[in-house]
Amino acid sequence: MNVGTYDCIVVGSGIVGAACAASFAKDGMQVALIDSLGAGLLATAAGMGHIVVMDDSPAQFLLTKYSQNLWLSLSDRLPPTAEFQKCGTLWVAADSEERSEVERKHALYQDHDVSTQILSKNELAVLEPELRQELEGALLVQSDAVLYAPIAAQCLTLDAASHGAVIIDSEVISIGQGVVNLRDGRILQSQRIVNAAGERSPQLTPGLPVKKRKGHLAITDRYPGFLRHQVVELGYLKSAHTLSADSVAFNVQPRITGQVLIGSSRQFDTTSEVDHAILGRMLARAVEYMPRLASCSIIRTWTGHRAATPDKLPLIGPWPGDETIFLATGHEGLGITTSLATAELLSAFFSGQTTEIPIEPYLPARLGEGCHA
Amino acid sequence: MPDLVKMTIDGAEVNVQAGATVAAAILMSRSGFRRSVHGELRGPVCGMGICFECRATVDGQPQQRTCQLHCKDGMVVNTDE
Ligand SMILES: Cc1cc2nc3c(=O)[nH]c(=O)nc-3n(C[C@H](O)[C@H](O)[C@H](O)COP(=O)(O)OP(=O)(O)OC[C@H]3O[C@@H](n4cnc5c(N)ncnc54)[C@H](O)[C@@H]3O)c2cc1C
Ligand code: FES
Repeated sequence: MNVGTYDCIVVGSGIVGAACAASFAKDGMQVALIDSLGAGLLATAAGMGHIVVMDDSPAQFLLTKYSQNLWLSLSDRLPPTAEFQKCGTLWVAADSEERSEVERKHALYQDHDVSTQILSKNELAVLEPELRQELEGALLVQSDAVLYAPIAAQCLTLDAASHGAVIIDSEVISIGQGVVNLRDGRILQSQRIVNAAGERSPQLTPGLPVKKRKGHLAITDRYPGFLRHQVVELGYLKSAHTLSADSVAFNVQPRITGQVLIGSSRQFDTTSEVDHAILGRMLARAVEYMPRLASCSIIRTWTGHRAATPDKLPLIGPWPGDETIFLATGHEGLGITTSLATAELLSAFFSGQTTEIPIEPYLPARLGEGCHA
Repeated sequence: MPDLVKMTIDGAEVNVQAGATVAAAILMSRSGFRRSVHGELRGPVCGMGICFECRATVDGQPQQRTCQLHCKDGMVVNTDE
């Protein structure tokens, strides 16, 4: 049953697909947005919602910075339930090596107009009194924010709909050659099919170099005032870099309710059960940095999967294996942050306009012909 | 006469039997239990540490299940933090 031809069909209404659909619909395209779960209920509901400028590579820095600016300008139009807070990030240094990382990061961010401030040991203790005393200061990144991402994905989906996008609640079983097949037998057509299916994107586009990277999170009961900034250890850089081994890092986020969201772990693991050994390591790490967390009650723990690529950059743009397929996936641990930039890059690409930042580092073709079947 | 302990619940001094639970002491005092985020009144439901509805700040430690704590002399309880 053929139920229509669209300028663009977006598969997946996570934060990435929803942002894409909203952006394309605003450009005047006739858009269909398909999801079998509803908006923002997979990785988008599992993640931390930290909108953070990161500098593992120049391309990652440009993308996160560009996207964060887009979030900052959108924030006024988000409802209070999206819990957008510009709380800033504190990158805390545990030793002199990490302290020099503070200096390096500060210089880099300053050079690119991201406002940062180096904090001494004492200044840090004033900003976050629950942190352990023996730290070597921190870098405060003022423009970083946090967000309740599932609500943001729902808002973007509604935004797309209000600009004429058709929202379809169904499972996609295959895409390719301009055709999208749904589980319920419907067939849609478009010359631009955007695979924004997150961790499930390789099921629709075999050969995609995207692997599931599992993460654990825990959330406490309400302790208003306990934490004020997103606080992340700088050792995070070292551990997140290792692509193979399981790792944990201290990463905590204040919620508007006074709850503390505690992260995070990284494992290549396709299961979704909570792994108590790694959860225990993650919580022990958090307690090392914030001793009194040990007396807080955790009310829920869960896991989610990041869609990881070999070079830790997302896949944005045409898929070399099929000229009707475009990718918006592989956002690993930064998809909440980089969703809006992904949408802007693709929409400029479709309309033939020059992109705000170069799209080349994110083009799927960078990974070579060998990566698709 | 059973032993009495003196505690402070939401600023008011109360005398309760030693060995009573803090939840019982709050019920006997004039204070209500906490309110939910949306302002609804809450109170103990299970009395056995499962439902978390009886939480209060006890001696500065927030979110304590008061049905699982015995009253002690000098204890300070706040139901509304
Ligand atoms: C533990 C953890 C912590 C994180 N912390 C952060 C953070 O602090 N900051 C940050 O920026 N990012 C963070 N992330 C990453 C972020 O959550 C993801 O990058 C982001 O949510 C990806 O969004 P997405 O739209 O690509 O994928 P998803 O949200 O997974 O959306 C994909 C959608 O596609 C749909 N779909 C898939 N296949 C089909 C199909 N065949 N038919 C129909 N629908 C389909 C799914 O139902 C789903 O709704 C974290 C992730 C994890 C796991
Ligand atoms: S009354 Fe249920 S936990 Fe205390």
